[in-house]
Amino acid sequence: MRRLRDWLLALVVPRLGKRPPRRSPPRRRIVEGREPNERAELAATLLFLGSAASALAFPFLYAFDVHPLTQLLGLSLGLACVLLAAALIVVGRGVVVTEELAEPYPPPAHEPEQEDIAQLAEESGDSISRKRFLVLAGGAAVGSLGIALVTPAASLGPVLDMDPFFRTTWRRGRRLVDERGTPLRAGAIEEKVFYTAYPEHADREEIGSPLIVVRLDPAELKLPGERQGWAPQGIVAYSKICTHAGCAISLYRVPTFAPVEPKPALVCPCHYSTFDPAAGGSVLFGPAGRPLPQLPLMIDASGELRAGGNYSGAVGPSWWGVRNRKPTP
Amino acid sequence: MVGRAQQEADAVIRKLVRLVDERTASAPFLKKALRYVFPDHWSFLLGEVALYSFVLLVATGIYLTLFFDPSVATQVVYHGSYEPLRGQEMTPAYKSVVDLSLHVKAGLLIRQTHHWAADVFIAAIVLHLLRIFFTGAFRKPRDLTYYLGLTMLTFALLEGYVGYSLADDLLSGMGLAIGYSVAMSIPFVGANLAALVWGAPFPGTPAFWSRMYIAHVFIFPILIGTLLAAHLLLVALRHHTQFKRERESERTVVGIPMIPGYAPRSLGLMFAVFGVLFLLGGLVQINPVWLWGPYHVAASTNGAQPDWYLGWLIGALRLMPGFDVTVGDYTLVPNPFWGGVLVPLVVFAILFLWPWLERKATNDHGFHNLLDRPRDAPWRTAFGFALLTWVFVVFLAGSADRVYVTFGISYESQIWAYRVLVWILPLLALVVAHRVCVELQRGEEVKRLRCEVLAKRPAASRSP
Repeated sequence: MRRLRDWLLALVVPRLGKRPPRRSPPRRRIVEGREPNERAELAATLLFLGSAASALAFPFLYAFDVHPLTQLLGLSLGLACVLLAAALIVVGRGVVVTEELAEPYPPPAHEPEQEDIAQLAEESGDSISRKRFLVLAGGAAVGSLGIALVTPAASLGPVLDMDPFFRTTWRRGRRLVDERGTPLRAGAIEEKVFYTAYPEHADREEIGSPLIVVRLDPAELKLPGERQGWAPQGIVAYSKICTHAGCAISLYRVPTFAPVEPKPALVCPCHYSTFDPAAGGSVLFGPAGRPLPQLPLMIDASGELRAGGNYSGAVGPSWWGVRNRKPTP
Repeated sequence: MVGRAQQEADAVIRKLVRLVDERTASAPFLKKALRYVFPDHWSFLLGEVALYSFVLLVATGIYLTLFFDPSVATQVVYHGSYEPLRGQEMTPAYKSVVDLSLHVKAGLLIRQTHHWAADVFIAAIVLHLLRIFFTGAFRKPRDLTYYLGLTMLTFALLEGYVGYSLADDLLSGMGLAIGYSVAMSIPFVGANLAALVWGAPFPGTPAFWSRMYIAHVFIFPILIGTLLAAHLLLVALRHHTQFKRERESERTVVGIPMIPGYAPRSLGLMFAVFGVLFLLGGLVQINPVWLWGPYHVAASTNGAQPDWYLGWLIGALRLMPGFDVTVGDYTLVPNPFWGGVLVPLVVFAILFLWPWLERKATNDHGFHNLLDRPRDAPWRTAFGFALLTWVFVVFLAGSADRVYVTFGISYESQIWAYRVLVWILPLLALVVAHRVCVELQRGEEVKRLRCEVLAKRPAASRSP
């Protein structure tokens, strides 16, 4: 036990035994001396051993897959570290000496050396006759090289082509399908529920693809004038992507007691932008700066929902050109 | 320790020292470095906590890269052991995170420890920043150190965001949609910038995942590591600041030398940080991605919250009234710009400009090794407290939806209240903090005067 402790001490705090070995002539101490603290040494030793035991439990727990594994592994590793920390702090505070030394800060400035460096720079350049011209040319070389070297970064994406931001997967006649690919039938769309729809045979992971579909009382629809006929039987479809920050709208607020509660609204769970499905997707509350783009609907002869064209405006979050054009297939 | 063992140990040390010095000629430097003094105060340890969290982040992060697959180009169907996800389509990226968590032994421990370490890393940086700010430690000659620290904080925020975005779970996808919208909202160039970074309109090309991955595991860690080295070098070159007690002065630094007093304490702190993070990683669940499910553009969930250090940005985005600034058909300022770009820009601009602003306001161009107590500089403390209050109120606004769910207070009225409070409370904080500082100063002055009077009174008159 004692030997072990001694070895540990020799490892952690070298040269802090009872006395340095006698050498001639005896040197002045650098580190202040102190009386040994047997209790602190014992405490540190026990903590080191405890840490070792806790750490050794880790491979056992791992090998025998002891349940609950993650928790026990964390406990073993965490305790090993905490005990090790405690041991080291006991060593720092109780075993080795805590001297308080005072020493001068580095001087605020080294004036002679500063002067020398400035002089060095001046004298190195004083044999050049057309200094400004040379420096300008050198600057031009470095700057141009810089421009050349960052040019490949333009390959990362289509920096100037804004067409992709207006392209969607919808076109007149395309069927609306649900998550499993089954066409949405007008007769199956109920009030007070929302449906997520996708374009048939098209990429669902495009921002312009997903729709949110609800059925409203046709008498309560207040769509803008040019959108007459966009909502057959009161069924309206909007882009499911919020015009504020691009999240999917997945909350539908419907009044249970219509006279006292607010009217139906589509709500985005990210920042609670709230849109009015009866009034062309206009913003009722929250940070969105544009209405939800509406998709014109039609019902075909077999009662299935189809797109009547493309959205009323660009899909997704706003950007500088978002109001410039209508989306295209 | 006596006799031979001691002599042997000494001989080994001497041999080692000779070996190092003969090859590096560094004995004079090492002799000084080992006696480098550290002034002692609990608040000086916050930076060390950040440093040690970073060490653990790198270590656990390397382990995670051995299992994570950063590809989103294809969709695979899950057939693993976690029943609720069976049969679902997901990207290899998400699947590898689920497998790492549920199938790889010790994988979940390391992943959760990594996530906790990120949260603690940024918390420690922010507390460290507050300490530096309120004690005036950013003043000359340590202004450069302060700028490096702030730059590291911005990189740490981005690094954390990219890190939890990589998992491609539902929350990560929602976060990326918001990040994309914020990038798009930058006036004049937003869409071009987003097209450059994402390669295509959201959710972007699969190459975007490679870009995030290399940024998270290489570019940002290298940047942070390099700045960290420069930060520590600058600290050491100019030595630490200290509070005025007895022997401390602008010319003399007082503290515990690295060997033998300080090194065991600091190593102790390191293992304490590691220990707490492993305990959190093992015992306290964080970001259970298998519960969130894979991300799809059409999916989202209510009650989504980011990691704490982005809470102020979600609050700022939610507080803005709904409008885009337009000129004809041209959209000048899309809405997310205010909360997602301008708010962080203003906060970091104030922090970056503060040393210069304070020099202008106080005309103090001096050299400072001694720290202020917050009360010693009432206006700095007041402004700092006001800024902190502003950010904190915005942060609270980000939790209005949870308050609505928990306490039933209408979300809309909360947002309206916050839209007012966000301007009133910082002003109130400014006034109160200034007043408190001045009162504390006066209290000290009164105490000092009283002592003086007592000392001056002749000894005879004191005893009746």
